[in-house]
Amino acid sequence: MTRPDRRLKDGRISVYRHPAAVRLAHWINVVAFLVMLTSGLQIFIAHPALYLGDDSTFDRPLFSMTAEATPDNRLVGYTTILGKRFETTGTFGVIEQAGYPTERALPTWMTLPPFRDLATGRVWHFFFAWVLAINGAFYLAYNLAGGRVGRELWPTRAQLRAVGRSIADHARLRFPRGEAARRYNVLQKLSYLAAVFVLGPLMILTGMAMSPGLNAALPWLPEVFGGRQSARTIHFLVAMSLVLFTVVHLLMVLAAGPLNELRSMITGRYVIDPARGRETQA
Amino acid sequence: MSRRPTRRGVAATFAALGGTLLSGCGRISESTRVRGVVESAETLNRNVQRLLQRRSALAPEFQPADISKVFKPNGESEPQNPDYLKLVADGFAGYRLEVGGLVERPLSLSLAELRAAPSRTQITRHDCVEGWSCIGQWKGARLGPLLQRAGLKPRARFLVFWCFDEWEGPPGRGQPYYESIDLVDAFHPQTILAYEMNGQALPMAHGAPLRLRVERQLGYKMAKFVRRIEAVDRFDDIRGGKGGFWEDRGYDWYAGI
Repeated sequence: MTRPDRRLKDGRISVYRHPAAVRLAHWINVVAFLVMLTSGLQIFIAHPALYLGDDSTFDRPLFSMTAEATPDNRLVGYTTILGKRFETTGTFGVIEQAGYPTERALPTWMTLPPFRDLATGRVWHFFFAWVLAINGAFYLAYNLAGGRVGRELWPTRAQLRAVGRSIADHARLRFPRGEAARRYNVLQKLSYLAAVFVLGPLMILTGMAMSPGLNAALPWLPEVFGGRQSARTIHFLVAMSLVLFTVVHLLMVLAAGPLNELRSMITGRYVIDPARGRETQA
Repeated sequence: MSRRPTRRGVAATFAALGGTLLSGCGRISESTRVRGVVESAETLNRNVQRLLQRRSALAPEFQPADISKVFKPNGESEPQNPDYLKLVADGFAGYRLEVGGLVERPLSLSLAELRAAPSRTQITRHDCVEGWSCIGQWKGARLGPLLQRAGLKPRARFLVFWCFDEWEGPPGRGQPYYESIDLVDAFHPQTILAYEMNGQALPMAHGAPLRLRVERQLGYKMAKFVRRIEAVDRFDDIRGGKGGFWEDRGYDWYAGI
């Protein structure tokens, strides 16, 4: 599965970085994640409030997006976080639709479908949940069986010792480009491990914990998270963590050389420049 | 002159692609063929959940202290159907639950007869399709023994619940709310026709005088203001053909998620 390096005319080296299975899983994941996120937000706007515990304490949600009419009949959007209320008209709570302020928790571009349609959001969410889960299982099986988790994702002791320097390098947008770029750097490894082994499974388990049908089969599942409404809140927070992961991931791709990165995830080939090997090590 | 794309150019391309993708998604989600594909997961979800549940696996039950201070009523809370208003006026004294369709012995039961039937009391969590949950105590006649009394014909596969509340039309001539469940849920021990909530007669907002509780599914399956139960072998020839008022409007028939 590993293929030999190719030396390019200009002295740079094309290394085979991502096997086909990983590339395929990555792009399926891109589509599935996008659908899960946007259809999930469609489901969220049907009741844009989060709670702790088994049931919903409607008068004191942990988080909510609401609309209120002023005495002069203006619609004002509010986002309330832990009792602190912020006016968010135009973005959250009240948005402009067809020229009129409309009560809606999130902008239309964030939801699938863009208009309000809980039934369709649910149908898409529960189909792509399978796509995501089967793809995730395939990715995990491939990486665990091939020993790739230990080899590619698990940080070495030396890497962990140099984690401070890696953070400093990232902060200055200096990335390994030489021989060190053959491997993931320590921050990449840690964030990929967190996404694959913490955020992903949490997403699936909190999702399952919300299902009344599965609650009958696995009554302990919602209680692990502190009740069904807590599970729903965690589901939302972990989703936002995955959004943050994706945003940082895309920024890093842009900063580290988007064409090289993109090519490596399409053809598998990533170009390193040994002449620049001394730049960074971690 | 470099012919290599600039960083800004690549970012703009990404943004444009993202925009196309998003507007495309909106259009794809409206295509009926695509809809058929994504809807196929419903059968898979039902089969997997039924496989994981034992047939009579109970929905979690709670303690009296867990009962929600506010139990939000959803859907219709004041039906305007003239037949219903007449029943309300005399405190449901004239109410009869009709059980018919594919049964050997059609039933017509008063509230007193329903109260005398084998009952069950349970404190359960009610999960709305919108995402919220409330915990309440329900007491009602177990559906299973009532169906045994009526004697289901061998062809019967589903039960359709016809309700007093009407939608999308003037009182007496609107679309009646209806729901359907299969026999696995019909004979489940927690499936009851509730006439009491939190120790009181069932309030109108929660479906007086009688509402269905199907505790392993979402709230919209739990028909309120039930007037008639019909045993059928299929429901694709009823109303919109999807087995329920909300199902006809795109919601899954199996609401275990």
